[in-house]
Amino acid sequence: MVAGSKAGFKAGVQDYRLTYYTPDYTPKDTDLLACFRMTPQAGVPPEECAAAVAAESSTGTWTTVWTDGLTDLDRYKGRCYNVEAVPNEDNQYFVFVAYPLDLFEEGSVTNVLTSLVGNVFGFKALRALRLEDIRFPVALIKTYQGPPHGINVERDLLNKYGRPLLGCTIKPKLGLSAKNYGRAVYECLRGGLDFTKDDENINSQPFMRWRDRFLFVQEAIEKSQAETNEMKGHYLNVTAGTCEEMMKRAEFAKEIGTPIIMHDFFTGGFTANTTLAKWCRDNGLLLHIHRAMHAVVDRQKNHGIHFRVLAKCLRLSGGDHLHSGTVVGKLEGDRAVTLGFVDLMREDYVEEDRSRGVFFTQDYASLPGVMPVASGGIHVWHMPALVEIFGDDSCLQFGGGTLGHPWGNAPGATANRVALEACVQARNEGRSLAREGNDVLREACRWSPELAAACDLWKEIKFEFDTVDTL
Amino acid sequence: MQTLSKERRYETLSYLPPLTDQQILKQIEYMLAQGFIPAVEFEKDPLPNDHHWTLWKLPLFSVNSPQEVLSEIRECKGQYSDSYIRVIGFDNIRQCQTMSFIVHKPGANRF
Repeated sequence: MVAGSKAGFKAGVQDYRLTYYTPDYTPKDTDLLACFRMTPQAGVPPEECAAAVAAESSTGTWTTVWTDGLTDLDRYKGRCYNVEAVPNEDNQYFVFVAYPLDLFEEGSVTNVLTSLVGNVFGFKALRALRLEDIRFPVALIKTYQGPPHGINVERDLLNKYGRPLLGCTIKPKLGLSAKNYGRAVYECLRGGLDFTKDDENINSQPFMRWRDRFLFVQEAIEKSQAETNEMKGHYLNVTAGTCEEMMKRAEFAKEIGTPIIMHDFFTGGFTANTTLAKWCRDNGLLLHIHRAMHAVVDRQKNHGIHFRVLAKCLRLSGGDHLHSGTVVGKLEGDRAVTLGFVDLMREDYVEEDRSRGVFFTQDYASLPGVMPVASGGIHVWHMPALVEIFGDDSCLQFGGGTLGHPWGNAPGATANRVALEACVQARNEGRSLAREGNDVLREACRWSPELAAACDLWKEIKFEFDTVDTL
Repeated sequence: MQTLSKERRYETLSYLPPLTDQQILKQIEYMLAQGFIPAVEFEKDPLPNDHHWTLWKLPLFSVNSPQEVLSEIRECKGQYSDSYIRVIGFDNIRQCQTMSFIVHKPGANRF
């Protein structure tokens, strides 16, 4: 029999609201805060449902257990401290929960997510639930290594300053032999790109085994570097079926002296990613992060996890680059939200700003920043918009926009590099890329035949906004 | 269709035609407006992974006008005409280098 509890042990299903809904609570600086977008089942009162979210993602279980009497729930429970109706939505609420620091193991992104987006997402009283944002307390931030190097150190290592970096994913994404692949890399790099990239699907298939690819690519890097006199790299994808295999490929990449490797953090998993990121810092390799599978969890507005949370978690787990979308061609609101999480990737201190989807002020306490990568569906006419929107600390990746050039990869790469530098020069001279971007490119076409050919092939686009300042 | 010729490059702005004095001044003006500290570096045979070129004097902490930086470039060029020269910028708040662009290649017509 249970003894010691004043009221004695009463079995039964517990009313979460009594314990876990505490609207008077003021969150502590050391609390981990979360904001969920909650859609309760019909007839479930929002406060009760919100309390259940706090309970299920922290100390609660559906029924009372006698061992509750052996701990101090007040010290360990998550508390729902605020519930707000989502503007312009029916039956959706922003639920704010504060979790005590002791609920989480130091240095483990995996542990945080297991609690916050674990069983609670299957809770019956919920119709849908989305984790919108997390505020990591500085006390916890300090237990993560974060990016192996970060933006500033990457620039120092590569000798590249005052402009966005340029990349390209090698295509076709599957089916090239290692030697043909190496040639495609060489042609891109010698044309003026900083990086080329393995497609995420490329690991080690029958048509091109990883070791052969690594060696041919490294030869391409060294040859193009010697010829252009600039530092070059290729994101060698070390993502593999087991951690042992992943580390074996990473070790080999280091052995041949390549500067950067790549991992798919979401399909590979946070534990594998953190291990690799720590290894990268210890061994001096940059780490490029792809985000396959993210859209499965971040695309629905009312259910899943917002990408800003995944991006924050990746920054803590570790990565020097992360794909973040291109923004161009999107609606105003989406652009603001994208720039909100781009800030969360690369700035040290980000203020709360609901219009940009930033629910909490986040202090990273000098954790290195992650370089956003804009990739997919962009070509040379997008360059002014990309430089204006992303600024220098970004990596712009033109796949089809390089390889699709009528003269081939090297002239395609030169076209993009010329366009990039013309835009950077014009911006620094005080010209508005939003208004004059197309003129800047046309002027450069006069002396760059490579750019002229690219500008002929792809269609001119018009900036649909004045400047990013209007956001 | 054309084949791209092999050419050595020197990072940012080296894919543009050589900068005129006016264009160099505008880049330096931007640098000063950002609060960056300009400096001049030179090197005879720079390799891609040479992180440090030789510093011309010291970083120009107290310059007020782009023209002063240009004078330093000219003086450096006069003394080391066979060297490559670039202008770099430091941000002492972020504690890092933020800019670098080539202003002189030996043998180039323009200079």
